[in-house]
Order: sequence, then C-alpha cells, then structure tokens
Amino acid sequence: MMLKISPENWSFLIEFAWLCAKAAGLLGFVSLSVMFLIWWERKISAHIQSRLGPMIVGWHGCLQTIADTIKLLLKENIVAKDADKVSFWLAPLVSFVAAFLPFAAVPFAKHLVVQDFGLGLLYVFAVSSLGVIGVFMAGWGSGNKYSMLGAMRASAQIISYEIPLVLSVLSIVMLTGSLNMAKIVEAQGQVWFAFSQPIAFLIYFISALAETNRAPFDISEAESELVAGFHTEYSGMKFSMFFLAEYTNMFIVSAVAATLFLGGWQGPFLPGIFWFLVKVYFIIFLMMWIRWTFPRFRVDQLMNFAWKFLVPLAFLNILATALFLVVKK
Amino acid sequence: MADLDWVLALKNKFSDTVEEAPSGCLVLPGEDIFRAVNFLKREYGFDYLMNLAAVDYKDRLAVVYNLYSFKLKEKANLKVILPRDNPAIESITEIYAAANWQEREAFDLMGINFTGHPDLRRILLPDDYTGHPLRKDYTKEGFLPMPAV
Amino acid sequence: MPTLEIQQFSVSFGPQHPSTHGVLHLQMDLDGEVIVNCTPHIGYLHRDFEKICENRTYTQIIPFTDRLDYIGAMNNNFGYCLTVEKLLGAVIPERAEYIRVIIAELNRIASHLLAVGTFVQDLGAFGTPLLYCFREREMILDIFEMTCGARLTYSYYRLGGVSADIPEGFVQKVKDFIRYFRPKLADYHRLITNNAIFLIRTKDIGILSKEKALNYAISGPSLRASGIKFDLRKEEPYSIYPRLEFEVPVRNSGDCWDRYIVRMEEMEQSLRIVEQAIDKIPEGDFIAKLPKIIKVPAGELYFRTESPRGELGFYLISDGSTKPYRLKCRAPSFSNLAIISELAKGVKIADVIAILGSLDIVLGEIDR
Repeated sequence: MMLKISPENWSFLIEFAWLCAKAAGLLGFVSLSVMFLIWWERKISAHIQSRLGPMIVGWHGCLQTIADTIKLLLKENIVAKDADKVSFWLAPLVSFVAAFLPFAAVPFAKHLVVQDFGLGLLYVFAVSSLGVIGVFMAGWGSGNKYSMLGAMRASAQIISYEIPLVLSVLSIVMLTGSLNMAKIVEAQGQVWFAFSQPIAFLIYFISALAETNRAPFDISEAESELVAGFHTEYSGMKFSMFFLAEYTNMFIVSAVAATLFLGGWQGPFLPGIFWFLVKVYFIIFLMMWIRWTFPRFRVDQLMNFAWKFLVPLAFLNILATALFLVVKK
Repeated sequence: MADLDWVLALKNKFSDTVEEAPSGCLVLPGEDIFRAVNFLKREYGFDYLMNLAAVDYKDRLAVVYNLYSFKLKEKANLKVILPRDNPAIESITEIYAAANWQEREAFDLMGINFTGHPDLRRILLPDDYTGHPLRKDYTKEGFLPMPAV
Repeated sequence: MPTLEIQQFSVSFGPQHPSTHGVLHLQMDLDGEVIVNCTPHIGYLHRDFEKICENRTYTQIIPFTDRLDYIGAMNNNFGYCLTVEKLLGAVIPERAEYIRVIIAELNRIASHLLAVGTFVQDLGAFGTPLLYCFREREMILDIFEMTCGARLTYSYYRLGGVSADIPEGFVQKVKDFIRYFRPKLADYHRLITNNAIFLIRTKDIGILSKEKALNYAISGPSLRASGIKFDLRKEEPYSIYPRLEFEVPVRNSGDCWDRYIVRMEEMEQSLRIVEQAIDKIPEGDFIAKLPKIIKVPAGELYFRTESPRGELGFYLISDGSTKPYRLKCRAPSFSNLAIISELAKGVKIADVIAILGSLDIVLGEIDR
C-alpha cells in the first residue's frame, strides 16, 4: 500500500531534510574548526614557551592535526579487563554529542542559525550539562582507581560551576527580557553586555574555564597527579573523541560568550559571520593564554572559589541588575 | 681534641669504657651507646645526626655515628665495635628520627640488628633479598670478583 | 539495613609517574582526598655504589660519583675529591680552586633551575616555567660541554684539581651568561612568585618546624627555609669560599613557598659568587702534581660539602692502599625524603605533590 503523503507531511519532510542538511554542515564546520583549534593551541603554547611547535607537516605544521587524527584512528583498541564495556564505549560518544548539541541554537550570523529557538539559551545550558554524564561514565567504565577519582573530581567541578555560569547569564536575560539568542544579540546594538555587565562577563568566563576543564581548573586531567584522570584508559579513536569533545566544548562556550557578551555577529563593513568568528577565537585565545601561564587550583580550593565566592557574587550582580531595572522604570 | 669539654665529660661518665682511637674516633661499647648519645644531646646540644655508617673490619663489624652540635659547632665521632655473628645494638631512633632510615640501610646492607627500631626492614634492596652485600665476605651465585687493575 | 562502610583507599604513586622525581614509590592510604598514611619505598635505583667503590681506585670512583646526584654531578665530584684530598694532604693550585668553585656554583644554578621548574610544573603550570628554566639551563650545559665534553655526568674533577684547563672563550661565555641570567631571575619572580594560585598552593603547605628539621637531619635549602641559618660554605668553609662574598638566604615558615624562595635567592647568590670569581682566576696549573698511582694514607674522615640539595658527606676509611676500604656517601636527599611520611599525614594528594616537589630529591643519591 502506497504511503499517502499529504502536503503537510511533505512540508514537514522538506523542513526536516533541510534541518539535517544544516546540522550536517554545522558538524563539518565545527569539526574543521576543532582541528584548527588543536593546531592553534599547540602553536600558542609553543610560542609562549619559547619553542616553535609543529613545523614539519604542512606549512608550519598546519596539517599536524590531520596526521595525528589518522594515527589515533589506526591505533589498537585496548579495553581494560575490569572495564564496564557499555559505559566504556558509550562515554566518549555521550561527551561528544553533549558538546555538539548546543550549536543548534547559536546564531552565527543574522540569519545563520540551525534553529531559532524561543528558549535558545535554556536549551544551550540544559543540553551542555549532559557532558557530565559522559565524564562519569568514562571514570566508572574504565575500572581503574585513578579514572574514578578523576571522574568524581571532574563531575563535582562541572556541576558546581554550572551554578555561577547560569546565574551570571540570568542578568543578561533580565535586561533583554528574552531567552532567544538572536534577540539578545540585537539588544546589544548600542553597547555590548561585556561593558554594561562586566561582572557577569567575568563570572561567565571563569565558570566557562571550569566547565571545560581547562587550566587553572584542570584538576581532573592533572597529568602530574593522576596521570590523565578520567580518560587515562582511553586510547585511539575513543580518546580522540574526548579530545574533540573538549575543544568543541571550548568552542561552544566561547560562542555563547561572544553571542551574549560581545555582540554576536555585529560589526562594521564585513559580513556578520566574520565578526562572530573573530570574537569566538579571541575568547578561545584568552583561554589558551591563561592555560599556559598559571598553575592549577587544588580541588577543594576550586570548590571553595565556586561556592563561596562566585555564586554570591553572581547573586549580587542579579540584585544590582534588578534594582537598576526597577529604577529605570 | 682530648681536652674538649664534652669529650672529658663523656670520659668521666663512662670512665673505663671510652677510648680514643688514633683516628680521633671515640670507641664505646654497644651497651653504652644509647646513654652516651642521649647524654651528648641533652647536655652539649649534639642535636644533629650527620651520618650513621656500618663498617666491616674483617674480624669484627662497627657502627660509626657522626654527630654535630650547632651550639658548640663541634663534631662527635663515636664508634661501636660489634662481633661478626649476631651483631646487635640498640637503636637510637628515639633520640634522632634521622637514624630511622640510616639504621635500616645499615641493617639492609650490613646485617646489623638494631634492637628497638620501630620498623627494621630492608630499605634499598627488595624485601625478599637474602644476604648482606656490603660485607667483605659476601658472595652469591654468579658473583664475579672485580678483575685486578 | 546494611550500614555504609567507608573503606580506606590505597593508591600507589609511582614508581613510574610524571611527578615523582625519579623512581620513587609512594604508598598512600587515602580517606577520600585526605592521606592517612604515606610510606615511601625506595631502592629502585640501587646500584650499591659503596660496594663498587671498594673495588676501584680513587680516580676510578670519580665517574661513579657523577651518577649519585646526577643533576648536580659537579658538586658530587667536588665533595668526593675534597674528602680524598684531605686525607692525602694534597695542596690544590689556586687556578684549579677557582675553576672548581665557578663550575660548582654554575652547577648549583642549573640544579636549582631544574628544581624550581619541575616544582612549578607539578603544581600545574604545565610547561611554561619549566621550559624557561631549561632554556637557561641549556646555556650552562653548553658551558660545561665546552669545558669537559659532557652535559650531565661530567667527571670533570680529579684528585688534585680538574681534568682539563678551561678552554678559550670560557670566561667570556660565563660573563655573557651572568649578564643574560640576572634579568631572567626577575622575570621568574614576576611570573611565579606572587601569583595568587601559586601562593594558595604553596603557602602554609608542608610546614617543617625547626625541631623536626634538626631531628630528621634535614639539610640544604629545606633546612634554611625552616629558619636555621646553616650553609656549609660559610660554617665549614672549604676551597676558596672564605674569600668570596655571598649571603645565605633564610626563611622562617618552613612551608613549600619558603623552600621555593630560598632556592630562587640561592641562585642569585651563586650568580654573585661566579661573578666575583670569574675575574680573579689566576694563572697556574689546573691540577696538582700527584703520583700516578694514588695511595691514600690510612685513616678515616667524614667530610661534608654543600651540594644543591644539602649536606653531601663522604665517610672514607682508608687502609693505605690504592682503593678505599669503606666509602659511604651521606646523601642529602636520603635524609630529606624520610620526612615525607610525617609531612604527608592529613593533607590532600595535591599537597603531597607540592611537598615532594619542594623537597627537591634526586633518586640517584637516595638509592646510591
């Protein structure tokens, strides 16, 4: 029996296909960006440390990441005997998917967004929180004490820093009255929120560093303590997924920062997407710069900092914003 | 050296047993060493154990203690002679915590038993090793002597 | 209903680990993040140096002393040669003395650079301060390579002096290094010393009191950081140290930050020593005329020198022949490490790393 496809069904199918195409394009773009970011990090770290970094593969080593990815893909798949197979195999996928999903709501340019959600911001934060599950699955599934310790630290850290992250953004939402990312960008026509809400920006940036497990908050990957934390046992393709997930996370967090605080795609003369990418890469550059300069926090100092300092500060900021709005009326 | 305060006091306290060897070391019998070291630490401020070494003179063993006093800026070199079979001496870990590992090393490499040591086990060699390598008569299967120079 | 039991968790730190400075095995019993018990297991690098020495002539032992504290190898050579020369009663020519001291102090700077670099790296400043320190170390190692041909295990010193005269260009290279390095020290202070994160990781961590330090026979920068002003180069001077002006940095709290700062300040003082000595190298022999076959008269001696890690002592019993009867090496790191089980009680894992890094141990001389 022939499937009867009515006009509504057709338009739904076409829309669905278009959505898939956009998502695929975004996946491709993000993957390429992440590969670029990995090379960029190696170059920045090298120049900060008075070295040169990769120089041989490609012009100044720009094809190094591709070479490394091929190497990782060809590696033997080693799974520890005590590993919980299901957790072990799924963890990197969960991490990567959770890192990639928020891109659906981020506007790259005025009309360049996969799906313009009314609740875009809420979606972004909700979905990126799923990354913790991947970390924990990795730690548990490895069947290894070090990985477990690392995973527990990482989970505690990520969950703790989500509070100030979201609280800092709440004041922006109060000012614009909307959770839609595109509207928030448009509300920054006069002055960027980085200047009118500097405390929120600072709290967001610090929390973002902690969310992505970057130094000085990288206690869960502390090579000098627990070898490599929750991804100690991972090698080959699965490890590369974690690696990609980490850089994708950095990208999304910077993209959100650029959208919420630095005016998104706004900028003179050149197309919006160019300015958007410049801002995103600027924030990523700041993150890398900080990583290669500072030592790392101890785990309890890290938690103290989140709960006893950032959260109250974020609340004060919200209070100040609320007062400002009341007075403005 | 013989006319230093603390040397005279030591000789007084342990009168017939303290001798001065030609090298400047004060030789004491094993039973007196704990009290002698304690005495030096309390009265003359020899609060730093620089070195504790075990020596194998072919017919007997010895343990050497090198102490230092920050107050007097003096060094005290004490030596105890022990028999080759069943060498045992009182541990001075209570007086100097530094002696803990040094005595373990002397036990490990020379086989001297330090009675009263809180944790006397091998430190440098594997726990299940047999024999005490630093002894002059040490041999093991496959042990080749050094060719003549 | 079954009760919840909290078990202690036993973790083995090492022997292969990026942060133990060598092959050290720390057995830690953890209660969550807090350490209940910390037992070091050593001996992975034990080569029985003392037994080997009983079968080698005095000159043949010199390469073995390099392998003790392989980071500060020149200082080991120095200590050993001084011990034997004292028993021999040898007189060292002036030129050799000056060369010896300059090289030993340069080695001290190189050793402290490595200690500080790896310490900060263990705390998480991954790579950057370490690579800066190594960049400076490279300059010193180039100077050493120019002089004796080796970069790590030098065997440069000989009984009676040094094995070869300083080459042409040595004085100029050392002066260039001094000029280059001084502002770099200021850079390190700006980068690391007052950094907020560094401070919370090291201040009031691993506090070593004076009494404990003396009881455990701690020596070197760790002792000076606990408030005891004691440097063998000043207290029991040897070689030409009495003619050189330098200060002994002392700090009072005995925490990891103090140990770090004492090392930084010692580098500055070593630089001063090199600066003073490099201009005054006299002409003359670089080695005393000793007989070809060296027989040390019978006797025993315990002689100690100040190596970068502390009091390096050699206890030598000679029976008048060409080989020592008993040579014991009193290694500073051996005594310094014993205190880790005390200091590690009740702190968190990250703090043990900081404490271990600040004690600056080298397994080569612990295990010997």
